[in-house]
Amino acid sequence: METKAFQKIYTKIIQITKATCSLRASGIGYEELAMINGRLAQVVKIIGEVVTLQVFGGTEGIPTNAEVVFMGKPPVIKVSDDLAGRFFNAFGYPIDGGPEVDGEEREIGGPSVNPVRRKQPSELIATGIAGIDLNNTIVTGQKIPFFADPDQPFNQVMAMVAMRAKADKIILGGMGLTNDDYLFYKSVFENAGALDRIICFVNTTENPPIERLLVPDMALTAAEYFAVDKKQSVLVLLTDMTLYADALSIVSNRMDQIPSKDSMPGSLYSDLAKIYEKAVQFPDGGSITIIAVTTLSGGDITHAIPDNTGYITEGQLFLRKDSDIGKVIIDPFRSLSRLKQLVIGQKTRKDHPQVMNTAIRLYADAAQAKTKLENGFDLTDYDERTLKFGKEYSDKLLAIDVNIDIDTMLDTAWNLFSKYFSKAEVAIRSEFMDQYWKGE
Amino acid sequence: MKKEGKTTHGKIAGIIANLVTVEVDGPVSQNEICYIKLADIDLMAEVIKVFETKVFVQVFESTRGLKIGQAVEFTNAMLEVTLGPGILSRNYDGLQHDLDRMEGVFLKRGDYTQALDFEKLWDYTPLVNIGDVVIAGDWLGEVIENVMPHKIMVPFKFEGKYTVKKLTPAGQYNVNEVIAILTDSKNNEVNVTMTQTWPVKIPIKTYKNKPRPFKLLETGVRTIDTLNPIVEGGTGFIPGPFGSGKTVLQHALSKQAEADIVIVAACGERANEVVEIFTEFPEIDDPRTGRKLMERTTIIANTSNMPVAAREASVYTAMTLGEYYRSMGLKVLLLADSTSRWAQALREMSNRMEELPGQDAFPMDLPAIISNFYSRAGYVFLNNGHTGSITFIGTVSPAGGNLKEPVTESTKKVARCFYALSQQRADSKRYPAVDPIDSYSKYLEYPELQEYLRKTSAKIGLKKCFLPKITC
Repeated sequence: METKAFQKIYTKIIQITKATCSLRASGIGYEELAMINGRLAQVVKIIGEVVTLQVFGGTEGIPTNAEVVFMGKPPVIKVSDDLAGRFFNAFGYPIDGGPEVDGEEREIGGPSVNPVRRKQPSELIATGIAGIDLNNTIVTGQKIPFFADPDQPFNQVMAMVAMRAKADKIILGGMGLTNDDYLFYKSVFENAGALDRIICFVNTTENPPIERLLVPDMALTAAEYFAVDKKQSVLVLLTDMTLYADALSIVSNRMDQIPSKDSMPGSLYSDLAKIYEKAVQFPDGGSITIIAVTTLSGGDITHAIPDNTGYITEGQLFLRKDSDIGKVIIDPFRSLSRLKQLVIGQKTRKDHPQVMNTAIRLYADAAQAKTKLENGFDLTDYDERTLKFGKEYSDKLLAIDVNIDIDTMLDTAWNLFSKYFSKAEVAIRSEFMDQYWKGE
Repeated sequence: MKKEGKTTHGKIAGIIANLVTVEVDGPVSQNEICYIKLADIDLMAEVIKVFETKVFVQVFESTRGLKIGQAVEFTNAMLEVTLGPGILSRNYDGLQHDLDRMEGVFLKRGDYTQALDFEKLWDYTPLVNIGDVVIAGDWLGEVIENVMPHKIMVPFKFEGKYTVKKLTPAGQYNVNEVIAILTDSKNNEVNVTMTQTWPVKIPIKTYKNKPRPFKLLETGVRTIDTLNPIVEGGTGFIPGPFGSGKTVLQHALSKQAEADIVIVAACGERANEVVEIFTEFPEIDDPRTGRKLMERTTIIANTSNMPVAAREASVYTAMTLGEYYRSMGLKVLLLADSTSRWAQALREMSNRMEELPGQDAFPMDLPAIISNFYSRAGYVFLNNGHTGSITFIGTVSPAGGNLKEPVTESTKKVARCFYALSQQRADSKRYPAVDPIDSYSKYLEYPELQEYLRKTSAKIGLKKCFLPKITC
């Protein structure tokens, strides 16, 4: 991104805020990139001659006579097969010591897919985690976030899911990752010998927060190259979208926009939707699946970020620590995969939907029994049994350290049913009972 | 509209996201459509505020790369839809561009496809005689669109009385051929084809009168029909937190309700849900016609990642198409999912224009905009004695599931049926999760409906009214 000889250099900045700079300039395109004393910036507002730039690197130390050069184009990424196995920063510069990637230059944040050119998703993604595969099955072309408090091991779970999913490419978009977490992902990918199908765009907490705004678009433009041009199945991991939304609110705040709920910009829904809706299944086999992380504060899903996310994504996976077994589980009540109906019982064993619902119903009974126990009420024999069932179900199926195939999950559930309950209490359709009931 | 002759031109003077300010050289109207002229494409935009020679327009596309000084041409027309046979079974975007006609996987900026098939020949039969006196909205002829009779009407924009001077005989014609020549009171001749245009933000009011609705509309969803029924020409809304089944309930209504025409406006919602309609509706058998449901359905898809200004327009486009079919004496069911996304689009624009905000940063006139929109639904008597109706049901996605937010509250003031979805029922997998206690139908209090129900109950030999909440 060297400056070219004929480019005009502006040296008079008329306004500086913590995230933006304004100057008088002409012939500038909206969303065009610029360099301010070597820092990357993007046009976010033009009023007459006055151009406002959001400075990705922050405006600390920028003087009013800084050299501003406009680059005549919006942010781009060069796409080619050479992207595979590489690590980049938010601007798409390599951070792994390797050479710059050559390829076709594409604008990031491009247009959306025509809805009539999409296909209804129908390919299951097996993760080995029963809390996902059994209860909240995910499919290619789906977009689903983990809702988790910051102390939950969401990065570990996501890395695990990524490694087990049989995707052609895995693209990590890290926003505000701590350096430790970044190194964790890197070592997981290396240890799994999966580096050749990994691409990372990383903004760590060491980098300025506004840079994060580029990460999802970079990751998804690369994903579109592999999914559309190469017809591959691409899994995109975005962590943490809450920090992305925070960066949005910083910029809108500096531009004096009126905040809406929870001091978020009024356009939060559209901003998030533009990212998540890039998830798509194409009829020719290419697909983009998005698994994201939205961190919550104290499990509050009514905050604007998780709330808007929930209205956009196709369900959510809710992580919670189960103190009875001392493990983190995927909460079956608050998690949901909206697309599971497209595969369960069709791509999986026919008894899957019934087994799933029955197990959750019995687990709900266990939760009620637990409330009774805690409040000092007498427990019935049924309550006692549901409690034991709940604990074992949580340990053997809901915990995130489970790694078995879906048939084994179903068999495990059947085993638990017959261990603790009578046929009448389980009440599954007789054709399945005859085939799978393990007891008398 | 405003002027004759000279076209108004302008130049871009400012850009913030999809709000562009334009310096103009002549008169412009509020809500006028203009095109930003780029080298190879034109970008459509709508005037939303005027200050002296500075005009604020919302662009229906991404504004990336626009520059100060670029030319803008005004059209002297508001945002209009094209009305005519061939609207059914189409998948449109929010501005009535045919999505299936667009090329490529991605939606290209400025790719504006025509709404109707101009080549297709329709079996046309005239319904009037030479010498008949007609006014706007009167039926001149008929074609069969899929299985539905589709009336060719005197264009809604015609004012005053006209006399039929010449009629094209029955036969096969395309939509742009002249099917009648009318003369106005000053004996000027005007040609009428099978198509006409109409601005979406203005209601079509060519009916005789709009009584209070009185006829039950069977939706096929038991908890609605038996406890809190909706009526033909009624309005209702479905608020609920995410995951409570709003969209699924609307899909059920669109599949089973006793309507002639179903118009689904997917407004700022998930693309995969729209794909579900695209995939399922052409497969679903329609018990009313014995054909496929898609043959009497039109889908307006403006998913959440499509430009926000077009999202605002999409609900109006859907309503105008509904009014067109209502004028043919048909029962239209109009579903919008979700009206909250539409309200958010209004909020984004209001925010960019730096208007003083109302509650939760929504524009101050949000309640007025919502009530105006809902009031376009209704049961009407046409001038020829036939009846038609638009029953409108919108979903609301309240932030955080809190029903005390502005969109829910404004909607509650105008919509007469309230179908509350409860998280508890959804959690225990009881769908549709309509809470029978919290929900209500104001129509049960209408004496007109009570009378209608008593008569219907008596007709089928019941001693008591079949609805538990009505006493006889």
